[in-house]
Amino acid sequence: MRGAEPRRMERYSLLGLVRHARHYHENWQRAWRNPEPKKSYDTVIVGGGGHGLATAYYLAKVHGVTDVAVVEKGWLGGGNTGRNTTIVRSNYLRDESSHLYEYSLKLWEGLSQELNFNVMFSPRGVLNLGHTLQEMRDIERRVGANRLNGIEAQVLDPGEINKLVPLMNCAPDSRYPVLGASWQARGGIARHDAVAWGYARSADAHGVDLLQNTEVTGIRCRNGVATGVDTSRGFIAARKVACVAAGNSGVLAAMAGLRLPIESRPLQALVSEPIKPCLDTVVMSNAVHCYISQADKGDLVIGAGTDSYNGYGQRGSFSIIEHTLQAVCELFPAFSRVRMNRHWGGIVDICPDACPIIGETPVRGLYFNCGWGTGGFKATPGSGYVFADTLAHGRPHPLAAPFSLDRFATGALVDEHGAAGVAH
Amino acid sequence: MFRIHCPHCQEVRSEEEFSYAGEAHIPRPADPSSLSDAEWGEYLHTRTNPRGPHREMWVHTAGCRRYFNVLRDTVSYEILAVYRVGEMPPERGEA
Repeated sequence: MRGAEPRRMERYSLLGLVRHARHYHENWQRAWRNPEPKKSYDTVIVGGGGHGLATAYYLAKVHGVTDVAVVEKGWLGGGNTGRNTTIVRSNYLRDESSHLYEYSLKLWEGLSQELNFNVMFSPRGVLNLGHTLQEMRDIERRVGANRLNGIEAQVLDPGEINKLVPLMNCAPDSRYPVLGASWQARGGIARHDAVAWGYARSADAHGVDLLQNTEVTGIRCRNGVATGVDTSRGFIAARKVACVAAGNSGVLAAMAGLRLPIESRPLQALVSEPIKPCLDTVVMSNAVHCYISQADKGDLVIGAGTDSYNGYGQRGSFSIIEHTLQAVCELFPAFSRVRMNRHWGGIVDICPDACPIIGETPVRGLYFNCGWGTGGFKATPGSGYVFADTLAHGRPHPLAAPFSLDRFATGALVDEHGAAGVAH
Repeated sequence: MFRIHCPHCQEVRSEEEFSYAGEAHIPRPADPSSLSDAEWGEYLHTRTNPRGPHREMWVHTAGCRRYFNVLRDTVSYEILAVYRVGEMPPERGEA
């Protein structure tokens, strides 16, 4: 389909559904093209996950930069986008991060309409539990900080929590009693694949080339300026190279002779067999370390911790699963007999301050958007938006400015271990 | 789940007895005050993070509580070598 002109995107609607039903749903337009790579692009985005696709979409939509390719070594959204536990919230402690995540949350709220693709964003509320007095003090501080930043949040006591989540064991004599929680009602979950597909479809309709099964094998630089990428389908020249490859960011950086303040670790998640609706919020606990929600099709989606050591194998260790399921059974005794269907790992890029790195590197024209660690999914729209703005103008978007690479030299770290500590 | 040989205890024990202690062979600069901010930041934060053999430190937390080095493949997770602090990994080296 080389050179196929970006065509008018068919609008998804109830009427369209009825119209297609008359033809036995046999003539749906394909969601995006599968083009041959051009010799050169204005911007090449390395990584076709949610963040990369969102970057491409906003570059084309907001900034009119349509000479863009997204280079993806596998299939779209097959990395961490398809492996996370889909939690969306913005109740971070620091001003810098809460502004960024809140911007993202606002984009989430209109995303299905914007993309004309149902991303199934479900603002069902997020509970962050406290099990110790110190945790409760931290929660009160964080909720206070959220309110000062205009992000509605509340501190709930165990009685209020039990009303929201009747299945949860809030008994004062449990091993790690629930003393309270922060509650962000606007938080929730979304359908992770749909986010990648929605951005991909809209980016493609704006003329962005999505190059799947195309692995970047090298980044070419001349005199400290990036000139393009070597791929499994040949060299692609680019004025700007934007790496959005999560766990593999360090590998890409090494191709350009750079080292990053990032370590890659497996983060794992599990889903259970589908059960009847029984949990209509997201429950996260830092102390016993688990987070759990119920997907619309009924399975419990459970997030575990990262492995303590570096790893690129997309699997996690059994000791982590054991600890997580102990925590789930402690909080929800009724779940003790639910069987787990699948578990998997995604490779997350952990920064020393648990915050992302967004911006240009010492190599001119080479940009990185990485370091989202365990909680990048919630940031997908905001990350794409600010990164596209940064790429289009060649200077950091105001919301991205505090997250530049040079903060590790200046010491202006944005310490988010408290709010990001339980992964997402 | 690893089974790690502790070179101090001379025993193969389960991963859960050990804690990971990060990349090995990062010496503390002899004269920190002579470094630039960028150099100090690099010492504190920048890591090699290779996809492949990685030289790293582990501590036998629930055993002898002593540190040692491990050469481990970060893709296959195979432990290629275990050696004491102050030593270099046997033959195959670069991580």
